[in-house]
Amino acid sequence: MNIQHQRIRPQGKKLGLVDVDIHPKSSIEDLRPWLSNHWWHYLQTYGSRHRHGYVKGFPFPKSQPQAARRDAWPDNGGLPGSDLDLMNEQLLDLYGVEYAIMNPLSPTGQGEQNADFSAAMAFAANEWQIEGWVKRDKRLKASVIVPYEDGEASRVEIRRRAGNKDFAHVLLLSRTSELLGKKRYWPIFEAACEAGLPIGIHVFGYSGWAMTNSGWPSFYIEEMTEHAASCQAMVTSLIVEGVFEHFPSLKIVLIEAGFAWLPALGWRLDKHWKRLRDEVPHLKRAPSDYLREHFWVSTQPMEETEKPEHLLDVMDWIGWDKILFASDYPHWDFDDPVLALPPSLDETRRRKIFSDNAKALYGFA
Amino acid sequence: MNVTAQAIDCDVHPTVPDIKVLLPHLDEIWRESIEGRGISSLESASYPPKAPISARPDWRNGNGLAATNPAKLAEQVLDRWQAGLAICNCLYGVQLPFNEDMAKAFTRALNDWIAKEWLDRDPRLRASIVIPLQNVEYAVDEVERCAADRRFVQVLVLAMNETPLGRRHLWPIYAAAERHGLPIGIHAGSSFRHPVTSLGWPSYYLEDYVSQSQAFQSQLASLVCEGVFAKFPNLKVVLLESGVTWLPGFLWRFSKFWRGLRTEIPWVDRAPDEIVRDQVRLTIQPLDVPQEVDVVARAIEHLRSDDILLYASDYPHWQFDEDAVIPEGISAILKRKIQIDNPLATYSRLKEHAT
Repeated sequence: MNIQHQRIRPQGKKLGLVDVDIHPKSSIEDLRPWLSNHWWHYLQTYGSRHRHGYVKGFPFPKSQPQAARRDAWPDNGGLPGSDLDLMNEQLLDLYGVEYAIMNPLSPTGQGEQNADFSAAMAFAANEWQIEGWVKRDKRLKASVIVPYEDGEASRVEIRRRAGNKDFAHVLLLSRTSELLGKKRYWPIFEAACEAGLPIGIHVFGYSGWAMTNSGWPSFYIEEMTEHAASCQAMVTSLIVEGVFEHFPSLKIVLIEAGFAWLPALGWRLDKHWKRLRDEVPHLKRAPSDYLREHFWVSTQPMEETEKPEHLLDVMDWIGWDKILFASDYPHWDFDDPVLALPPSLDETRRRKIFSDNAKALYGFA
Repeated sequence: MNVTAQAIDCDVHPTVPDIKVLLPHLDEIWRESIEGRGISSLESASYPPKAPISARPDWRNGNGLAATNPAKLAEQVLDRWQAGLAICNCLYGVQLPFNEDMAKAFTRALNDWIAKEWLDRDPRLRASIVIPLQNVEYAVDEVERCAADRRFVQVLVLAMNETPLGRRHLWPIYAAAERHGLPIGIHAGSSFRHPVTSLGWPSYYLEDYVSQSQAFQSQLASLVCEGVFAKFPNLKVVLLESGVTWLPGFLWRFSKFWRGLRTEIPWVDRAPDEIVRDQVRLTIQPLDVPQEVDVVARAIEHLRSDDILLYASDYPHWQFDEDAVIPEGISAILKRKIQIDNPLATYSRLKEHAT
């Protein structure tokens, strides 16, 4: 492996690789400088309270500890994703990454039942990204973590970061407690458009509802496949509620959601919208038009087709300008940039996915 | 007209015109309850009767209802498209009650009504056994009771229920179905135990209807992961009114995760896409494709199976106009398979003569 990596380093440099999904990890203590005494006490006493049954861990045990690559645990005893030196060695320097967007997943307060605590944690996690990471390495871009269940508090946090080029997008998790097109979330869209920031939506989180519309599944593999289904519901809601009619400059990036389901969802929406359009007169165009204009997708975990040309069909239907490379470092299903894309892709398309599309979307120089 | 003579229509929906038609098939206590408790209708909110999808305009009668009797069905579907056989999947909401005794009484009444008022009146008709999933013992009893009538060719459940369909407590139903050569038909619709999306209740019926395909994805994941297909290798599962084009993307994702996570479910010893191609079938309407014929052809090719699609009009739901039951972009050879060969291979009882 090392020999192979040595060989491809120059390729990364040439491509100007942009990785739209990496996961730096903080400890609770890392956030202490930006939490008030009250919230520090609260956190120490009551801990995180998500919409599921466990104090620590997850409803469905992951496939590996911290869902991380086994080799991503730093020697200093920290968690995977907590150490910039190891991240350099395994990702940034190794592949010649030009920019990487940090999407911290926890502890960030997102989806917390206590809305004020969620807002306090989001603020702290944003400060930590800048102080702990961006200031040390300018290749890294931060996400504006927002307490998304509270639209107004999210607006405040987005406005606080507006104009700061260290932030690449606003970050939400996909499993919100209501469908994302509902009006309670519109302050987030309004503030993101004002700030000129795309909204990245990363899979996971807990809605508080059963994980499928037919009840709770049994296995982690079902949770993983289910992300596509809940993202279909979320995308449907954003389109059908008319969010893009109200916020025509809004840009949504789907992260770690896969993408092969997207064209079929557009066809399905169009077919039934033709019959039911008198229910949704606020939609001025076919649903798939909004889909093509307002959504971007990221590669990891990319669907694998038995026939390579089938994946190319799907990419073609989504649009070659809409696909962004993501590695998901340091998680177990990390995609190596050397191996991730189909070998049959020509250089132009490869460059778009690895670099040009993300630079255009995020305005990276 | 692009339908082959003797095509087998695998999804038509008789309408219960009034709850009173079930009275002769109910016990005294439920007959009295309909009157005494004011149970005026069990129509499911999955299909608001006046919503455009629920019935094609030219098939509605003066009251706005469609498919209320077998003569209309014969005129509008069987004769028009020269169907050899049609499978009746009644969607009246008899599976929805929270009271399991009530669900038992009403599913039983519905099955008896279908046999008497539909199957007895047209030898081309077949039907699915509607069961009360609320109570597995009751459900198995109903399968056993109806299976004796060979015109019942399938067991019918809704796409959204209390628990995912793979869960082990439901397996006696699958054992009974397999024993009698009855596929499990999963039809769009909800018993409303959970919101119709995993992120809560949508605002619009359009979202509700579109979300059905999410349920089918979760059900396939559940049936495969729990090991239903390994335990019951002769069982067929038919997805009815599920949409079609979501399937390839789902299987690519599911099979990839299976390769990475299969140690969690070691009894699943084949890739999910292989299992689904062997034991799962889908009806062709509504076919969720765009207008472009070349895209339709590509999307169908992505299924990588000529055996997986079954012809269905979805009558009286408004999925197409005029006679366009089978969209452009499907080859003549595949059409023949979809309309005759695949249904016969799926429903073993269709090969038998009418009783």
